[in-house]
Amino acid sequence: MSVPVVIFFVCALLAIVGAVRLILAREPIHSALSLILVMLSLAVLYLLLGAPFIAAVQILVYAGAIMVLFVFVIMLLNAGTEERTDFSKLAKYVGVPLGFFLLLEIGHWLAHSPAGAVVANGAGASGRAADTAKLSEQLFRQYLFPFEATSILILIAILGALVLARKEE
Amino acid sequence: MSVPISYYLVLSAVLFGLGVVAFVFKRNIITIFMSIELMLNAVNLAFVSFARAQNQLDGLVFVFFVIVVAAAEAAVGLAIVIMLAQNRQSLNVERVNQLKF
Amino acid sequence: MGFITQHPVLVVSLVKIAVLLFIVMTALAYLTWLERKVIAHIQSRVGPYYVGAHGLLQPLADGLKFMFKEDVTPPVSDRLVYTLAPILALSLALTAIALIPFGPPGVQLLGQPVFIVSNVDIGLLFLFSITSIGIYGVALAGWSSNSKYSLMGGLRSSAQMISYEVSLTISVVGVLLLASSLSFNDIINGPNGQAGYWLHFIPKWNVFPQIIGFLCYLTAAVAETNRIPFDLPEAETELVAGFHTEYSSFKFAMFFMAEYANMITVACLATILFLGGWLSPFPDRWTWQLYLPGAGLILLGIYCAYDTVKTMRGIAQLQFAVVTLLALGGGAICLIPVVAKDIQGVFWFTAKILAILFFYIWMRATLPRFRYDQLMSFGWKLLLPVALANLVVTALVIVWPMLVRHG
Repeated sequence: MSVPVVIFFVCALLAIVGAVRLILAREPIHSALSLILVMLSLAVLYLLLGAPFIAAVQILVYAGAIMVLFVFVIMLLNAGTEERTDFSKLAKYVGVPLGFFLLLEIGHWLAHSPAGAVVANGAGASGRAADTAKLSEQLFRQYLFPFEATSILILIAILGALVLARKEE
Repeated sequence: MSVPISYYLVLSAVLFGLGVVAFVFKRNIITIFMSIELMLNAVNLAFVSFARAQNQLDGLVFVFFVIVVAAAEAAVGLAIVIMLAQNRQSLNVERVNQLKF
Repeated sequence: MGFITQHPVLVVSLVKIAVLLFIVMTALAYLTWLERKVIAHIQSRVGPYYVGAHGLLQPLADGLKFMFKEDVTPPVSDRLVYTLAPILALSLALTAIALIPFGPPGVQLLGQPVFIVSNVDIGLLFLFSITSIGIYGVALAGWSSNSKYSLMGGLRSSAQMISYEVSLTISVVGVLLLASSLSFNDIINGPNGQAGYWLHFIPKWNVFPQIIGFLCYLTAAVAETNRIPFDLPEAETELVAGFHTEYSSFKFAMFFMAEYANMITVACLATILFLGGWLSPFPDRWTWQLYLPGAGLILLGIYCAYDTVKTMRGIAQLQFAVVTLLALGGGAICLIPVVAKDIQGVFWFTAKILAILFFYIWMRATLPRFRYDQLMSFGWKLLLPVALANLVVTALVIVWPMLVRHG
């Protein structure tokens, strides 16, 4: 039981618990907090996969900005406290076992596939700092057009949000 | 022993499935939005795992773009949600079933 | 003993974490003492004087008060979030301090650097990530207190933190362009780092080429930590509200400590990025600077001895005698050459942090507050464009030779 395996299972468990809590929580603020937990555990998994820059960007942008936006909206709108989620009987008694069986089958075929045999040795931060430089080179040379296009997309989103949220005067 | 990539892919599939379940069964529009973000996160995990498996950086660049686009989408989507809540006084998607109110 | 030599990383890391935690908690407590004393002296009064000699036991008294006060829990709608918010705020603030290098990596014990708890290659980015999650502590505290004033105070405070976080990050990118790296060690010591001198006597700290970035950073940092002149969401506490109104005793103490820990983190970042970190401002040829910490402590000891004999009476005299002995003993230890060489980095780092914290406290005593809309328009309409302009000009200056060469 080496350390990367233990960390993987702990983070995977946290992510799945967070996702299940997202479904089962009664109040939207608890769903939001569970989603933040999922994102943080995914950031640790990205670290294990040897992508520290993406882990930091995930926390900085996703957990630190997008989810703050969600939490603000929930607080401002006083999003409904009581909310019943009615799982129909078919979903509960047939869907869940079938889904579980599907998952077992996917896991079985993934484990026996060539892609699945590659081992992530949890390369840590050392030796990966060059990846930030290489990543930025790829981003600004090969993917320059998508980069500029997404920056224009963000500008459009800002303008759209401003126009939409303005009160009618 | 270290972790095979298939473990990460299975986790990504599980999270995506849970995101779909949340999207289908929840009624609060903000929670539905959050399930979309959960699905995007699961896809990000798959991208990063494959980037590691193939030892290439293209997957990481794509994750970067997914995060950026998710931010833009969340901003506009939540602005729409705020307008909706102000007009209908309810965040229940089942109440938004008429074009005119 | 075998365990220690077989797992040096684990053991030394645990010891470092324990020592750092102890030092940081004490520093937080005595930062409150320092603040009250400095503000008092600026306002021509004395400050805490009676609880221990010169008020030195005041933080201890405050801590005891916080621990033993009654913990009033208002009828909150959500206990989990109400309890989670201060825990989140304090733990994130303390985690950020673990990323900071307090001294050069050369000073080692059992093969591990003594003054650096964790050396991450993208340390700066992680520090900003942790700061950005710290916003949840404030927002959730305001919301879960079940009071309209707390909610508005919390939302205003977190909106302010988010706005100034953008300017904070952008004002730092100029330094990153100069250093070409995200790791703290490279920024201080790297190829274009802050070691060395211009004209043989001006140290190559980043504050000189990036003076606008430094000013933007300081302003954004003061706003980020909710200090005066940017503390309207918090100053409502003095009137009626603010996000930590409904918290009492230890939970309030956690918010309080989190605010001071954030202040220390931001001051440490300013030191590393702009003021040369653990490097000394004097050239290395001047070997007398090795004895500065020891000499300073002994001078302090002599002053305390004079004070003990001449002015203190009663139990304060005993307490101050203890302080004198500590200062003189510390000074004597720092004069031993082996210790003096190792302690240089930490000494200069601490001196710079104290200078910046003094500046913070000075601003608190002198300036009035911004109104909230003035605060937000300042952040978005003045600070962000200035930080962006700084970034563009820095990038142009760095790339200019290459542009000229290629036509």
